[in-house]
Amino acid sequence: MNVNASASVLAACKPWTRAEIAANAAHDIPEGFYVNLGIGIPVLIADHLPADREIVIQSENGVLGMGPAPEPDKINRWLINAGKQYVTMVPGGSYMHHADSFALIRGGHLDLCVLGAFQVAENGDLANWATSDGDHMPAVGGAMDLAAGAKRIWVLMEHTTKSGESRLKRRCSYPLTAPGVVKRVYTNLAVLDVTDDGFVVRSMVPGLTLEALQDVTEARLRMAN
Amino acid sequence: MINKIVQSMAEALAGIRDGAVVLLGGFGSIGLPYALVEGLIEQGAKELTVVANNAGVGRVGLAKLLDAGRVRKIICSYPRTSDPVAFLEAYRAGRVELEVMPQGTMAERMRAAGAGIPAFYTPTSVGTKLAEGKEVREFAGRQYVLEEALHGDVALIECWEADRWGNLTYRSSARNFNPVMATAAKLTIAQAQHIVELGVLDPEKVVTPGIYVSRVVHVPYGEPTIT
Repeated sequence: MNVNASASVLAACKPWTRAEIAANAAHDIPEGFYVNLGIGIPVLIADHLPADREIVIQSENGVLGMGPAPEPDKINRWLINAGKQYVTMVPGGSYMHHADSFALIRGGHLDLCVLGAFQVAENGDLANWATSDGDHMPAVGGAMDLAAGAKRIWVLMEHTTKSGESRLKRRCSYPLTAPGVVKRVYTNLAVLDVTDDGFVVRSMVPGLTLEALQDVTEARLRMAN
Repeated sequence: MINKIVQSMAEALAGIRDGAVVLLGGFGSIGLPYALVEGLIEQGAKELTVVANNAGVGRVGLAKLLDAGRVRKIICSYPRTSDPVAFLEAYRAGRVELEVMPQGTMAERMRAAGAGIPAFYTPTSVGTKLAEGKEVREFAGRQYVLEEALHGDVALIECWEADRWGNLTYRSSARNFNPVMATAAKLTIAQAQHIVELGVLDPEKVVTPGIYVSRVVHVPYGEPTIT
């Protein structure tokens, strides 16, 4: 397919919104999972978790069992999430200090961590903390601990940058957060697994074709069987 | 009689020297001992190295200490807060040095300091530029980076309740870095919302045992705001 034809296929389909990307991921989280949600699109997952599943959300600042944002008249001003927004605690929740919180994270106790990213490579490399080697004020936060420690890492991000550059790369050009850790990526155009053979497309927005998706993706794609 | 409760901010902060490594509790503005930072500005110590999760917001707290020109170096995980204006000005002018490290590595380095562990291997940052120049060793087929304990001369922390032995409780997510910093400094100074009689705190609910705490000062300021 030529680029013009791809462009018209892309133009004809409606990309998923940030909320829909989060809902797609939320739908795939199993009952009983302990999950950390990163800043950005991932925190929206909390609003889309299936009501019939018990899923426990951890926040790196020592909160296990985090609930949704509080009603305006019921704010606990001592209770915030990693994004420094007011949150609530669900029944069964617990607090811990930072060293214990990161022991939990680093120790492999989280079933899943969902992060935002600048780039993901077809070998699972994750880049989500600095945009160049010359970045003099990078903000790593807990990203490297989460990426190295959780049992599985999913990434939620836009498929391309604002200027149209693919965020799914053959190799990351930005500094890595962790090598080879990403297992699945949810974008506004597709859901992809990271396998030993690179990115495998699980689903796409209605109307999109693999060829049109490939044309806006630097990494090589193939369809799931 | 053991009585760690002091009656003034000057008494609380006495003896902090120029060049001290100051561990500063809090995550964003929650659990950050603002009154102690104000007191430290009055106290006058300079050339400080401050270890904190963030590099200050707006013009208050750590940002005010930066504006006062007292900070030589900041060790933190996340300098890009919503409004790091004071830090940016100082950093761009070359008045302050920055060392960024992963949040969990920072916490564990202080835990190690408090627990008598000089160094440890961690999987965090392996294969990244934050591991450059550090020893890497393989255990059971996986690579780990060697990180050293991070000791403080002083820890400034915020708690919820305190008694005269220095036993402390915390409030919700304001716990954050405060308990681990309390263990990692030679001199730990706690700012408390509530002072209670000895024996009132349920031993099951004490988070920081008084052995880690040197001084307590009563600062019943009410509720924090997100800055």
